[in-house]
Amino acid sequence: MLRKKTNGVAKGPRAGSLLSSLAAKTMDRRGFLAASGVTVGGLAALSLTSGRVEAATPSTGGGEVVRKKSVCTHCSVGCTVMAEIQNGTWIGQEPGWDSPFNLGAHCAKGASVRESAHGERRLKYPMKMVGGQWQKISWDEAINEIGDKMQQIREESGPDSVYWLGSAKFSNEQSYLFRKFAAYWGTNNVDHQARICHSTTVAGVANTWGYGAMTNSYNDIHNSQAIFLIGGNPAEAHPVSLLHLLKAKEENNAPLIVCDPRFTRTAAHADEYVRFRPGSDVALVWGLLWHIFENSWEDKEFIRTRVYGMDDIRQEVKKWNPEEVERVTGVPGAQLERVARTLANNRPGTVIWCMGGTQHTNGNNNTRAYCVLQLALGNMGVAGGGTNIFRGHDNVQGATDLGVLADTLPGYYGLAAGSWAHWARVWEEDLDWLKGRFAVWDKDGKSRAMMNEKGIPVSRWIDGVLEAKENLEQPDNTRAMVLWGHAPNSQTRMLEMKEAMEKLDLLVVVDPFPTVSAVLHDRKEGAYLLPATTQFETSGSVTASNRSLQWREKVVEPLFDSKVDHEIMKLFADKFGFTDRMFRNIAINGDEPSIEDITREFNRGMWTIGYTGQSPERLKKHMKYQHHFDKTTLRAVGGPCDGDYYGLPWPSWGTPEMNHPGTANLYDMSLPVSKGGLTFRARFGVERNGENLLADGVYSKNSEIKDGYPEFTMQMLMDLGWDGDLTAEERASIDAVAGPETNWKTDLSGGIQRVAIKHECAPFGNAKARAIVWNFPDPVPLHREPLYTSRRDLVEDYPTYEDKTFWRVPTLYESIQKKDFSKDFPIILTSGRLVEYEGGGDETRSNPWLAELQQDMFIEVNPRDANNMNIRDGKDVWVSGPEGARIKVKAMVTERVGEGVAFMPFHFGGHLEGKDLRDKYPKGSDPYVLGESTNTVQTYGYDSVTQMQETKCTLCSIMPA
Amino acid sequence: MALEGKARAKFLVDAERCIECNACVTACKNENEVPWGINRRRVVTIEDGKPGERSISVACMHCSDAPCMAVCPVDVFYQTEDGIVLHSKDLCIGCGYCFYACPFGAPQFPQAGNFGSRGKMDKCTFCAGGPEEDNSTAEFSKYGRNRIAEGKLPICAEMCSTKALLAGDGSEVADIYRQRVVNRGFGSGAWGWGTAYEKKGA
Repeated sequence: MLRKKTNGVAKGPRAGSLLSSLAAKTMDRRGFLAASGVTVGGLAALSLTSGRVEAATPSTGGGEVVRKKSVCTHCSVGCTVMAEIQNGTWIGQEPGWDSPFNLGAHCAKGASVRESAHGERRLKYPMKMVGGQWQKISWDEAINEIGDKMQQIREESGPDSVYWLGSAKFSNEQSYLFRKFAAYWGTNNVDHQARICHSTTVAGVANTWGYGAMTNSYNDIHNSQAIFLIGGNPAEAHPVSLLHLLKAKEENNAPLIVCDPRFTRTAAHADEYVRFRPGSDVALVWGLLWHIFENSWEDKEFIRTRVYGMDDIRQEVKKWNPEEVERVTGVPGAQLERVARTLANNRPGTVIWCMGGTQHTNGNNNTRAYCVLQLALGNMGVAGGGTNIFRGHDNVQGATDLGVLADTLPGYYGLAAGSWAHWARVWEEDLDWLKGRFAVWDKDGKSRAMMNEKGIPVSRWIDGVLEAKENLEQPDNTRAMVLWGHAPNSQTRMLEMKEAMEKLDLLVVVDPFPTVSAVLHDRKEGAYLLPATTQFETSGSVTASNRSLQWREKVVEPLFDSKVDHEIMKLFADKFGFTDRMFRNIAINGDEPSIEDITREFNRGMWTIGYTGQSPERLKKHMKYQHHFDKTTLRAVGGPCDGDYYGLPWPSWGTPEMNHPGTANLYDMSLPVSKGGLTFRARFGVERNGENLLADGVYSKNSEIKDGYPEFTMQMLMDLGWDGDLTAEERASIDAVAGPETNWKTDLSGGIQRVAIKHECAPFGNAKARAIVWNFPDPVPLHREPLYTSRRDLVEDYPTYEDKTFWRVPTLYESIQKKDFSKDFPIILTSGRLVEYEGGGDETRSNPWLAELQQDMFIEVNPRDANNMNIRDGKDVWVSGPEGARIKVKAMVTERVGEGVAFMPFHFGGHLEGKDLRDKYPKGSDPYVLGESTNTVQTYGYDSVTQMQETKCTLCSIMPA
Repeated sequence: MALEGKARAKFLVDAERCIECNACVTACKNENEVPWGINRRRVVTIEDGKPGERSISVACMHCSDAPCMAVCPVDVFYQTEDGIVLHSKDLCIGCGYCFYACPFGAPQFPQAGNFGSRGKMDKCTFCAGGPEEDNSTAEFSKYGRNRIAEGKLPICAEMCSTKALLAGDGSEVADIYRQRVVNRGFGSGAWGWGTAYEKKGA
């Protein structure tokens, strides 16, 4: 018999018989099934056909069935979740056919999100560690005790000793509020998963052409003539994206090229699979470009008019002849010649990458090399082209945009004095009061306002605790750690993390699940678990990878004693006494701040990236009329959203009233800016070494300036004689900010943007993309050997960086690389995802429908290595890392990994060095499946620009257990 | 081909599209509240980790001349007019003959053991419930949802991430697949169709 979780109430109509219900629709059986089949057919072809038969009437018994529309909380594809609710219970999940993103489809995770509303293994009440045991306490006690301790730390060590680690699982509103909260607390020690996910993408890509995001969309891949995928496994990490990739593959005959050290499930569907050595991405891309330049396959006109610095790239690429490329990457020259020819002959092609490219000590070099490849091929700013960077978590794009980061306020404004002045204006806050919340630190006779200093990134929080105080560039160590929606096992060096967790004065976890943070350490006191809800228990906007915002409806009320994140933030603000200031423009209902008011507040400040046009009303309208949007262009055809792109992908310029449709494909000059066209951003000045950095004689459609131009300021409007187009209110608002100095980013009225776009100009200017980033450690992206490399012969030719201190912490490079670990640790270790689990896996391993499918942590080992090391398939092995940790996992002997390379998924947790920690979870809140974390043996290594962690290339040894 | 004026429910798995994401498996668990250990649908991968790797989603194919029906000693099976193979858990004695007869390994049992009953057999119903009244509590508790009675198709196919798994009237499903094969310029064969449907041509 089946077990039931729906109180025995069957959903749907209680038709007397199948025939009678069908007769009511004057349809015979044949007609019914045939009509249904047609719909599947329509979907198969991704067309707009919709002939599916729906039940006409809701259930007659057990209460009305209500449908709510939400968005899956796992990856960044943004699949619509259709929830059926009866009497407040989530009883069923139906396909969201109308969504242009998923057309009803889901992966294993999306198809099982209803379990969130069962939540058998959720964290149910606030808990406190007392004498090594978790004990239930009330919310009041929890907030009071935690708040008092934090105030004490603040008084003793300053606000920077409390670390606020936020989450990509927040909605946009919660993300924004969290960043604002950290500002009101007075620290930049705030960050989230983007640091360890795509920080090197954001930095690399934004510094190439202006914005650090996916340029096109999943849907736009329908237009691609070739798909070049490197360091990503979307068949497991973004399964529904394959719906779009396979359409291009089947209907355009677009070759799918997959470059990866591992023959992934995505590679299984590739036309060409390129296996290369982990950590040699730059060499591989330069190897491709070598053939492109050698054969003159580059787009010379595109480069002349829209790219700066390609000649410097040519110089570097010259060194990467096929022999050298094969020596470094292991890929034969003939294969790369074939790939280069394929890309040259099939334009426009798209380039897709994920963590395989980003999580390296030279990750920023990888991401820029991928961009340069697309610039050389002239594949940017065109439908079917672009760099389609698949973001990870459902809202990691939004949380990044809203600034849950140690180096910026919302909207990438940075931390400069002017940035704070801008946000203080938006918040209507006294700037001096804000300044007073932050520490001013005197060191070496210099006084530093910590307000303007980048904080410690999440990848390094443990060093904020463990590093000697005098080596840190902040007043004191990190003493309190708040992990608000973060899985600690997604981060490397877990033995040191355990030590750091134990050394803290205070450890606070805010999460729907206890997470590995509840069990990793051996604390006896000073630890709290606060139950937050999932996004199905609240509403708000979420930004998919393609920059579209979608609005989630609340599906069910918060379960157990959990609270929505924004309410918990408000409770802490109460405790710290700044609620009246922080929420002065945000209504509070009971203890819950109004989500719509928060959206409207960030709409008023996010001018840099055009998060200003997406009012709650417009977003809700898009969700309601999802079916009006074309499944390829994402553009609404008729209806109330006519001309809008689905979800108003940012930038949606100006105020909501300006009605900008959003920008589906970035930098596409074939459209006017008012219709979603764009140029490359003028972000890096207008001239360098006497060379023009602005676009050369090209401009977006209908632009009244027929050449490159810098970013718009009030002064520029005056010089152009366009300031007369401003309304009196706009002019007054501009005068109040900085008069003629006011620019498109700081003008709170949106007038400068409106007028620039009236003349079909991009508010941010029209410049060239830059192939070299002169302010980065490697202006031309260089191959650099990983810190832990088995190729000692390459270290001399391609050494890593010198050790340095940045982001407040000392960071090691050459002092690690110079030691040879390859004798004792001969196998290259890399990591990645499984389709059934997400992130650290606390949520998905607590979902029985998913957990059943992956019950054991494992390591993939090549048969040759396995036989040489006496390892047998399915048996336990010890995997040891060069920093002294070891884990016990099952061996999976497979050719999926090449010789000398091993792979482990990173979603497991709850075992540590062979020990099962299940007993340490609060009773009834332990995930169904536990296992060793690969990150226990993953090692030190951080990107030279963003402090991204290295997880894709280290060394290990494996032996039978 | 289906007979004129009559629908014939079929599944089709497009091995060129299946990416082994297991959405069909969890969608089925979710919709029918199938307990841990019972898998009405599962994804099978051949040549795992090697060039040529392909996956297929397997459940009861609702065969035209279903072997399970032929071997069942207590005659629990019946086939609907649409060709859906259903069974009565009330009558099932858990002997397991159907499991041995099935070419797709569809029948599932809650217990294993050489002595005594394996428990009532459970399998994919094409989301069409069982002999009880449509959408009754009794039907749901034994067989899961009856989506067909609600005018919907099986959830596994409806939620498939890449539309690799199709369900519906056989001739319509075949049309969709044919269209894909034309686009691709080649066909890999609709897995399992020969075994499930072609012998009797229904």
